Amino acid sequence: MNWGGPENFLAMGGYALYVWGSYLVTLGLVIAEIVLLALRKRRALARLRLRGTAAQGDR
Amino acid sequence: MSINWFKYSSPQTFFPLAGKLALGFGVLALLACGVGLYLGFFVAPTDAQQGEAYRIIFIHVPAAWMSMFLYLVLAFWAGLGLAFNTRLSGMMASAIAPTGALFTFLALWTGSLWGKPTWGTWWVWDARLTSELILLFLYFGFMALQAAIDDPRRADKAGAVLALVGVVNIPIIYFSVKWWNTLHQGASVSLTKAPTMAATMLTGMTVMAFGFWFYSIAAALMRARCIMLERERASEWVADYARGSA
Repeated sequence: MNWGGPENFLAMGGYALYVWGSYLVTLGLVIAEIVLLALRKRRALARLRLRGTAAQGDR
Repeated sequence: MSINWFKYSSPQTFFPLAGKLALGFGVLALLACGVGLYLGFFVAPTDAQQGEAYRIIFIHVPAAWMSMFLYLVLAFWAGLGLAFNTRLSGMMASAIAPTGALFTFLALWTGSLWGKPTWGTWWVWDARLTSELILLFLYFGFMALQAAIDDPRRADKAGAVLALVGVVNIPIIYFSVKWWNTLHQGASVSLTKAPTMAATMLTGMTVMAFGFWFYSIAAALMRARCIMLERERASEWVADYARGSA
């Protein structure tokens, strides 16, 4: 497939809105899921460390 | 050599394995999607009827396949948990649900963006689209039900019943284009006959499907690890892990 220049590639034969609208939303949501998962893990670990310090304080 | 499959059925032993697998499948997903997108945009030719609009296929079809496949995997784990009362099964079911919902939404979203230029409408209440929308509501219902119940074991049980009942929707989605007169086209790729599309298009789509599959495994395992840390927070191994990663 020879597009003959980046402007043609971006134009997607007049279907840019539909094609890029599909791909960008997919990419955005996948990145969002990964970020949310990383934050969830960090939050869980922070809470666990808080528990750990609290438990030491009891002793 | 015999493998002790039960070794990894406890969260403590599965947790580190899940971390390694998530990383491995994440790398595989990146590779497969890179190759798939290259094939989809730079090797596959322009479609004779739809022009470039058809290139949505490289995410639409893999996303739709994953939306149905992930639901079956979710229901499998849910059923296993219900039958054997294993802790990890419920965690896996919960871990899959958001990723399944994501792909269901993407199948609907990309389908809508594909429908507008080719059918002239963003949405139509035909059997395929409607049953896929019901799948999205099943995922949401599963997550909402689990979130509404405080005790995780009871949440797993209630969610499992919902998930298993909802399985009936999967063959309805798959065969909807045969059973009813739908605006959505029939399957271009099936097990019983040769695919009705160009070979390079089919290859790109298949590679993307593998990419989405690997991504789903990685995301579900990452989420399963979070769920293990949250649910097993009172156990010694979790406390050790939290200390070790400080």
